[in-house]
Amino acid sequence: MADALTPKVELRGVKKRFGSKIVLDGLDLTIGRGESLVVIGGSGTGKSVMIKCVLGILKPDAGQIFVDGKEVTKLRGGAREDVLRKFGMLFQGAALFDSLPVWENVAFGLIQGHGVPRRKAKDIAVEKLGKVGLGPDVAMLSPAELSGGMQKRVGLARAIAANPEIIFFDEPTTGLDPIMADVINDLIVATVKDVGATALSITHDMVSSRKISDRIAMLYQGKIIWQGPTSEIDHSGNAYVDQFIHGRAEGPIKMEVRR
Amino acid sequence: MNVFAAIGRVVLNFFSQTGRLTVFTADAVSGVVRPPVYWTLIVQQMIRIGFFSLPVVGLTAFFTGGVLALQIYNGASRYGAETFVPVVVLVGITRELGPVIAGLMVAGRVAAAIAAEIGTMRVTEQIDALTTLSTNPIKYLVVPRIVAAVISMPILVAIADSIGVFGGYVASTEALGFNGAVYLGNTVNGVTYDDVSSGLIKAAVFGFIIALMGCYNGFHSKGGAQGVGSATTNAVVSASILILAANYILTSVIFSHG
Repeated sequence: MADALTPKVELRGVKKRFGSKIVLDGLDLTIGRGESLVVIGGSGTGKSVMIKCVLGILKPDAGQIFVDGKEVTKLRGGAREDVLRKFGMLFQGAALFDSLPVWENVAFGLIQGHGVPRRKAKDIAVEKLGKVGLGPDVAMLSPAELSGGMQKRVGLARAIAANPEIIFFDEPTTGLDPIMADVINDLIVATVKDVGATALSITHDMVSSRKISDRIAMLYQGKIIWQGPTSEIDHSGNAYVDQFIHGRAEGPIKMEVRR
Repeated sequence: MNVFAAIGRVVLNFFSQTGRLTVFTADAVSGVVRPPVYWTLIVQQMIRIGFFSLPVVGLTAFFTGGVLALQIYNGASRYGAETFVPVVVLVGITRELGPVIAGLMVAGRVAAAIAAEIGTMRVTEQIDALTTLSTNPIKYLVVPRIVAAVISMPILVAIADSIGVFGGYVASTEALGFNGAVYLGNTVNGVTYDDVSSGLIKAAVFGFIIALMGCYNGFHSKGGAQGVGSATTNAVVSASILILAANYILTSVIFSHG
């Protein structure tokens, strides 16, 4: 059994390539229990690929992934579904099912994954919607009737619906105005604390990173090049991190601009 | 060198596509017998695939039956064999035209819709979301559509057969001067079990092809709107070609005993 010192999620030497493009190149990362870790990095550096490898949506070419000390890299079928019951995920575009009303989106994992009766699942969905600041009137709407910010909130309610042990946030504030982005950040902090979950977020939004993280790691060229407490990010002594957090065009990171 | 590279790419692509389709088909078929079974989704899909295809399939079958009667009369009258019109219309509709026309119409309507819907779900990460919610996307999205299509198509074709024969009856009695009672009598006396059952077996196979091609192309679409567009086109084209090829094979297998 996993004890308190066992990391909640651990990646060891994870490699993933698409054709000739190496995306993850021996990535090592550890996420402690109850910790909120943010992985920063530019667009296309493989942050989403990393998360998808942990969830089993993509298969790593090499390396191992552990959840609660148990290797999950090669799990399939029912065993994979059992591990996934520990996870909640907020997708970049919310990824709500547009054929289902809002409440059923939120309750989906409860009904399908945890076998909760529909009526009870609906009550839980309405309660979770309340936690992200949405009233019961929203429950019956279709996702297409919601604004981007509201869709993100519904996505957040869906991610926390089954009280997951681990929550992944994929670019939680991308595409939102600064105020809505801050609202989402506050909700993330509040809900993660509320559920008592371990959180892994990937983003390139530094305001969001600082607000929601205990620790920050930077992914560059398929590896973690720096990691440390959020309070130390401004004194990392790493030229790559400095360039990224200050958003400078000049520095060691060269943008690949193809003609 | 570039020519060899291009040939190699085409060959490798062919084998990887074939392999991927085989694995996908095996997953989908094994999903039919493994729980959970989503009954509500199966019924929903039967309504979408079968019931809503009824107008277009019915109209096509009606006009096809009519045209068949006119042309058969044209040929048969050269040999004074006009009395064979009802039974040849019947055989033509039930064995070939009913299932094939219904198959092609449903391929255009349903395979496209399935590929567009699942393709959009793929590019908007909804399929990944299903996985993270401990739901197998093959069982949730693909299996209900395949089961619904395999059940709906024979029902649809049985109805199309009746409407097609009725189309032949209307053309024969209204345009060719046949006696209605005699026409119906010849049709009823001429119908055999094999005529109808062979068409229904074909319909079930075509249903499988339509749903499989729609799901497979949607599932593997990438990019954005353009990717979904080409998935939709590929679904319709591949389903139509496979229906015609399968029709030839099924006809030669079912009627090989003469």
